[in-house]
Amino acid sequence: MTMDKNEIIQIKELKKNFPMGKGEFTALSDINLSLGKGEFTGLIGPSGSGKTTLLNIVGSLDTPTSGEAWVLDQSIGKLTAKEAAQLRKKNLGFIFQSYNLLAVHNVFENVEFPLLLLKIGAAERRKMVMDALEWLGLTDKVRSKPPQLSGGECQRVAIARAMVKRPSLVLADEPTANLDAANSHHILQTMVKLNEELKTTFLFATHDEKVIGYLKRKIYLFDGKVAKDEWVTSNQTAK
Amino acid sequence: MKTALKLAYRNLVGAGLRTWLNVIVLSFSFVVIIWLKGILVGWDYQAKSDMTNWEIGGGQYWHEQYDPFDPFTLAESHALIPEQFSEEIAQGDMVPVLMVQGTLYPQGRMQTVTIKGIDADQDIFLLPTNKLDTVVDAVPAIIGAAMAESLHLTEGDLVTLRWRDAWGTFDAMDIVITDIFSSNVPSVEAAQIYIPLELLREMTMMQDEATILTFRDPELSRPAVQGWIHKPKNVLTASVDRMIKTKTAGQSVFYAILLLLAMLAIFDTQVLSIFRRQKEIGTYIALGYTRREVVGLFTVEGAMHSILAAVVGALYGIPFLAWQAKVGWTIPMDAGDFGMAMAQTLYPVYSAGLVVSTILIVVIITTIVSYWPSRRIAKMNPTEALRGRIQ
Repeated sequence: MTMDKNEIIQIKELKKNFPMGKGEFTALSDINLSLGKGEFTGLIGPSGSGKTTLLNIVGSLDTPTSGEAWVLDQSIGKLTAKEAAQLRKKNLGFIFQSYNLLAVHNVFENVEFPLLLLKIGAAERRKMVMDALEWLGLTDKVRSKPPQLSGGECQRVAIARAMVKRPSLVLADEPTANLDAANSHHILQTMVKLNEELKTTFLFATHDEKVIGYLKRKIYLFDGKVAKDEWVTSNQTAK
Repeated sequence: MKTALKLAYRNLVGAGLRTWLNVIVLSFSFVVIIWLKGILVGWDYQAKSDMTNWEIGGGQYWHEQYDPFDPFTLAESHALIPEQFSEEIAQGDMVPVLMVQGTLYPQGRMQTVTIKGIDADQDIFLLPTNKLDTVVDAVPAIIGAAMAESLHLTEGDLVTLRWRDAWGTFDAMDIVITDIFSSNVPSVEAAQIYIPLELLREMTMMQDEATILTFRDPELSRPAVQGWIHKPKNVLTASVDRMIKTKTAGQSVFYAILLLLAMLAIFDTQVLSIFRRQKEIGTYIALGYTRREVVGLFTVEGAMHSILAAVVGALYGIPFLAWQAKVGWTIPMDAGDFGMAMAQTLYPVYSAGLVVSTILIVVIITTIVSYWPSRRIAKMNPTEALRGRIQ
């Protein structure tokens, strides 16, 4: 299978089963999708609809049971553990519902972490981290540790960590689920800005109306299948 | 590896008290093991040095009949000193000692002793034999402090000594204690009485004879001599080696218990970490680590406990070990009761080999103990780990 040069994700006939008792539970089936570079797209659906499972497969944290998922010209199902790790390390950024910050590291060290894995030199690393912290308005929290930060600040650190290496694709799983409305909007506006300025592709898994309001493309999942896939015109999105 | 080391260091330092508790327990193991091993090495060094200085010199020739464990052999274990040693003796590089059995009668009591005739001018042994060159009305004699205490003898005391001459005839005369010496070698003091060699030869009619010939230089090659058995220094100190070996084996159990305690703490921390830090493990994987690399990170973290412990141990251990090397460790019971060359105060001796080998052993064991539970990470599902759902 070949990908169009403007495509970043292509999914064909994807199916994902999980073992359950003596049988299997089908989390995803008949998924056919294509995402272009620079999209700001969300997988929308209720709990159990399969959006996180799909996000995990796209993020090479899981593999499809059948079908194919191509991300940045790489077939997820055929990657070795090392190749999948390389894909995540170089090209993917993750934002989680519960932030998943390293509690014993300070803000600078948390954001620096992906760059350490990429073995970027200390001086360049520092500049990149400070740039990311500046985008997210966190320069005054450099030495703070996650337990000293508010939920909104933690999520901004997580975004800075996801963005610091300028990934091609950011996968955000319910990024506003633990935030109040004001913080949610602030975070989402930041992500829209990053999407527009850096042309980074964002793929969300969400059922939060606040997030949905910012999406440019909405892919509705229901019972593990794509129920609806719609594009939003620019005057429909929240700003 | 550099990244893993950096992250492991950050994780350990960030973990705070839990890390430092493990590090302190482990550092205690380092210091105690090095100290105990140092005491053994020091004891070995001191025992051999004391035996050399007080009893065996650079090695000996024994009369072929002589058996130190059978006093009845003393009557037969004497002979003329071989001609070939005359020059060495004249130069003071060999000391002949004549030994006969005798009985001492202090204050009406009776004590079997070995009478040793030794040249007053010798300087191979630390024995104060110059005190045998004293002009007194009786035979001048020196004895060890342990015997003086048990027989209630003090300097200047007169006491009757009985012996047999070469023909088996009993004779007796008074001796005067001209000096009481202290050594760390019980066999030099226990039931031994030292008198001038020539006097003993006259008393026993064993002119120019000796039982033991002690030479100064252990390095010279020694010829076989008819009627005499060559006893090199290492043969004469073999009993010390055996005792040290026994003690080392005994102490190894103690080291094992100490290490076991420290390793249990590390193992426990690792097992708990793997469950408690599931989300963190998932995050590492999401950010680009392979599971094997996460296993490596956790193993490095565990192993780093031992590196930090070595550093912390050095902070308080170096002053402590240096202070101990200076003031020594005084045994809380009478060292003479051990029946072997042992000072009341032992001075530990630390070699670079001892310190390096101890650190290496502890680091290697800690690494293995850290790796063992970390292998579970390799089986973790990262998506489950990210949510902290693994039970």
